Amino acid sequence: MSSFLYDLPGPRARLRNQVIGVLTGLAIAGLIAFVIYKFAETGQFEARKWDQFKYKAVQMELLNGIWFTLKAAGIAAVLALLFGAVFASGRLSDRALLRTPSTWVVELFRAIPLLILIFFGYYVPLQYGWPIDKMWALVIGLTLYNGSVLAEIFRAGINSVAKGQSEAAYGIGMRKNQVLRLILLPQAFRSMLPSIVSQLVVLLKDTALGFIITYPELLTVGKTIGGRLAFGLPYLPTYLIIASIYILLCGLLSLLAWWLQRRLTRMPKAKADVKPLAVTETAGPL
Amino acid sequence: MTEFFRVLTDNWSLYVDGFTNTVYLFLVSAVGSLLLGTLLGAFRVSPIPTLRWFGAGYVNIVRNTPLTLVFAFLVFAVPKLDVNMEYLTSAFVALTLYTAAFVCEVVRSGINTVAPGQAEAARALGMSFAQVLGQIVLPQALRATVPPLVSVMIAMLKNTTIAAGFSVLEAGAIPAYMAERGEPQFYVLLWITIGFLILISPLVLVQRSLERKWAVAR
Repeated sequence: MSSFLYDLPGPRARLRNQVIGVLTGLAIAGLIAFVIYKFAETGQFEARKWDQFKYKAVQMELLNGIWFTLKAAGIAAVLALLFGAVFASGRLSDRALLRTPSTWVVELFRAIPLLILIFFGYYVPLQYGWPIDKMWALVIGLTLYNGSVLAEIFRAGINSVAKGQSEAAYGIGMRKNQVLRLILLPQAFRSMLPSIVSQLVVLLKDTALGFIITYPELLTVGKTIGGRLAFGLPYLPTYLIIASIYILLCGLLSLLAWWLQRRLTRMPKAKADVKPLAVTETAGPL
Repeated sequence: MTEFFRVLTDNWSLYVDGFTNTVYLFLVSAVGSLLLGTLLGAFRVSPIPTLRWFGAGYVNIVRNTPLTLVFAFLVFAVPKLDVNMEYLTSAFVALTLYTAAFVCEVVRSGINTVAPGQAEAARALGMSFAQVLGQIVLPQALRATVPPLVSVMIAMLKNTTIAAGFSVLEAGAIPAYMAERGEPQFYVLLWITIGFLILISPLVLVQRSLERKWAVAR
């Protein structure tokens, strides 16, 4: 919290803040009430629209969608990490013959919209009469794009290790390979891990693009469930449920990123036993 | 090679229409998301807890939702509430709502990069909140904010392609039309790639030069 922007509020400011706080609280509550009213007015709370989620078959459909989402995300994550590692080492190479093409590949794939990359994987094999599974079209796109971003993360992580570390390692006679493997990577890994996990969250979210090429992932399943006329076209209930599933999945991964960051940035430091000079009487914020 | 150029010249009007809409969508959503995102960023550093919670809640929900889902929600679900929008308007709203969350985070972390001593010293000189923010904090925060903001805008420009899945004729929708015309998709997609490279390169150059110029000063 950037509380340094303002002083501790005095009595007048506290009162004013409280008044504004209550007013905005009312405004937000009003907004929510309006949405609920709109829901009720258009009959979104009808039991008919929520009924099908009680059926085993529909629950299985949703689970299937989650499975297809996670499958594509998992395969793409592994391939993207590999792709990233290969091209990051290419970009860090001393040989221009390796460095220049790696740089071009990474810059190119980061500049092309992910959907266009997926279209490359989807339409081009189709054109040559060799259609591939939609999942692989999606995975190819996700791998190329996220792999390139990961390559940049890896490179930045390795470059962020203090220069003295590699100089010292070279000084005691290590080869380049050893310096990278034994000195730079273990230290870089610590600073990179949170960004890697965040990028994997992005990858997981981007599997939803499979909807556009009708890969049967969660969002595509949602369209099917929501489009059932017999249940009164329950798009709203369905998308709300699907959104919460996505938020839950990504939230869990984000939580992991946050936890890792906290764990990894906690440097093992010797702590001095600080004793207060005098016991303060007020327990207010200092 | 002649085939490669023929794809562009034969379908010139489709490419022009597509990329015009892409740029239009980008510009309108850029203005919208910058305004909304800055407002949310201000919420997140404000002294009023309700506003802070609202900002944090919005960012956490939207950042963990796929943009495609936001699009689907606006195009398929919202009309069920008797709110009807044109496809282009839906695309604009979806891009704005989604990108605003990222703009908000950039603005907030930009303000947080300013050393607390700066604001404290300004307050010690007797400056008001508006003066502290306007003359001390924001000018410094801008250095840390603009380069990542350009990155967010680049990402949004690429995200406009998702509107293709929701009945908006923009650059991402060209392949579907071309499939009907039976054009070789590899060339079609190459031309779209070239189009995006042309649009993105100036933004990338601006971002890199700003990053380099301002990194030294801090």
